[in-house]
Amino acid sequence: MPTRKENSKDLIDLLRRMWLIRAFEEKVSALYAERQIVGLLHLGIGQEAVAVGTCSLLRPDDYVFGGHRSHGHALAKGADVNRLMAEIAGRATGYCGGKGGSMHIVALEAGFVTATGVVGGTIPLALGAAFAAKEKKQGQVAVVFFGDGAGQAGPFHESLNIASLWRLPVIFVCENNGYAEFTPLSAHTKVERLAQHAKTYDISSSTVDGNDLLAVRTAISKALGKTRAGTGPVFVECLTHRLRGHYEGDPAKYRELSQLTQWKSKDPVARFTRLLKSKKAITDNELQAIESEARSRAEQAAEFSLSSPWPAEEEVATQVTADLP
Amino acid sequence: MPEQTYLEAIRAGLHEEMSRDSSVYVLGEDVALGGPFGVTKGLSEGFGVHRVVNTPISEGTVMGLAIGAATAGLRPVVEIMFIDFITLAMDQLVNHAAKLHYMSGGQLKIPLTVRVQCGISGAMGAHHSQSLESWLAHVPGLKVVMPSNPADAKGLLKAAIRDDNPVIFIEHRGLYRTRGKVPDGDHLVPIGRAAVLREGKQVTIVALANTVGVALAAADELAGGGISTEVIDPRSISPLDVETIVESVKKTSRMIIVHEAVEKGGIGAEITATVQEHALYYLDAPILRIAAPFAPVPASPSLEKQFLPNQACIVKAVRKLFG
Repeated sequence: MPTRKENSKDLIDLLRRMWLIRAFEEKVSALYAERQIVGLLHLGIGQEAVAVGTCSLLRPDDYVFGGHRSHGHALAKGADVNRLMAEIAGRATGYCGGKGGSMHIVALEAGFVTATGVVGGTIPLALGAAFAAKEKKQGQVAVVFFGDGAGQAGPFHESLNIASLWRLPVIFVCENNGYAEFTPLSAHTKVERLAQHAKTYDISSSTVDGNDLLAVRTAISKALGKTRAGTGPVFVECLTHRLRGHYEGDPAKYRELSQLTQWKSKDPVARFTRLLKSKKAITDNELQAIESEARSRAEQAAEFSLSSPWPAEEEVATQVTADLP
Repeated sequence: MPEQTYLEAIRAGLHEEMSRDSSVYVLGEDVALGGPFGVTKGLSEGFGVHRVVNTPISEGTVMGLAIGAATAGLRPVVEIMFIDFITLAMDQLVNHAAKLHYMSGGQLKIPLTVRVQCGISGAMGAHHSQSLESWLAHVPGLKVVMPSNPADAKGLLKAAIRDDNPVIFIEHRGLYRTRGKVPDGDHLVPIGRAAVLREGKQVTIVALANTVGVALAAADELAGGGISTEVIDPRSISPLDVETIVESVKKTSRMIIVHEAVEKGGIGAEITATVQEHALYYLDAPILRIAAPFAPVPASPSLEKQFLPNQACIVKAVRKLFG
């Protein structure tokens, strides 16, 4: 249950944010299938409730760090749809001028500091932003999204230790989607719930249903209360599932069909829609308008991206170092 | 111009930059206590333990933390106690510090300084004696400097801290107690400029860090035998001051490169390749490298002595160039 009473307008807005991510990633997937976008794409379809549930509670000046599956995190933090898709498409008009790509999104204007191609790599970076925030004393927090695969990496444990020791204002959001690349969590560790590690390092933690938008919001809201009050880090584990393969083109044969079916029935977008309908908080017309608006924004982003120029040839070796101040 | 040791000059550089800019923070193992060699001694008393921060032995995460702090407006100076342990932080250095400016299309800047000491001194064996500068110089986006005297140590450190890029500042442990004149005032040495330490006409010796002193001594000895030797300290190996080295070789027509890192794949190979591209037809003899053998650093003091390039090897090699 949410900690405060959400009004219908707020709830509808949350649905709109989830739909934007869903439509965006489905469009990216379609463009990839047509070879209009190439590269290595990791989609978070099915995990939208974690991104929206978390970022909808953040301030614009809070710092967000992602991983390799972070289109949704950037969008949820407020990244521009056109510039984000253009970046994934490798175009000059993308956030990074085409030099970053899908796994290395930076949308600084929105407070999305960076994603990374290295599993667990941004966890220490989030500590650094939190360290700076603590020194600046303006109440900012850092949030880092990572998956269950990162829980077996050294920097994860080192970071939990330091964040706790120095009481850094950082929220660890673990998207436990049950698979580290092709392998189930059970084959990587005996620790079924990653929040258990937080206990080891004396960090306040919870495990929630990551496909339940309001449950995510409740956990993050509590976490923000503690973190902004200066009591140190919080760890929120969100149990979820990616409905696509590890990357686009991965047939995901390692996953049982029954498991996929079960998770599809818990699709966070459909589930939240059912909740709003049961509360009579939304009409069918409004629902249809939200979906078609999201799809239309994704279409426009695709048109913008594919009609944008490729980066100029000379850009290949510019911005290797920053100019002197 | 007062005399200082190399170690005191580094400490003075840190002190001046921390006084000048409140966004400069020092992080590392035992730094608040002065560190194992005393470089950061007194800083925590002056600036507080919130700015001179002792860290757990978690090099990779501390490096990542410093990079993240740099994205959020600080100018961290991270100390890695021995360059042998920079291996633990290579992921963060290579994949984030070096690349975030480029990958973000210029949105992010990483004003990070990594202070690290290297080299052979005191029979510490293979895990506390390496010279790994060429690994770092191979990575686009990292700057790498290696001062050989107190004045350059202070001036390059101050320049590194003010630079908006990650700069690896490599100190040679064997130089900490050496003394030299350090200019008064706000002394800065630009990154990317070599120093011609001795002018000569017949051969150029390019030497790094601890081997600079050895090269200068060899040049004295060679002068006694009638050979006029120019000695260049690149100071910065990335970016490398190609022009100064090439102009020298065009004048002398002979070159020897001396470094303490192993010869194979060392920075001497890069300098050699660059010089032949620009000055092959000026050369009267092959370019030679005097460097460590392709082996780990041995612990025994007698083997350690064998491992190091010395004055006799340099003199012998130069004489060979003159047939």
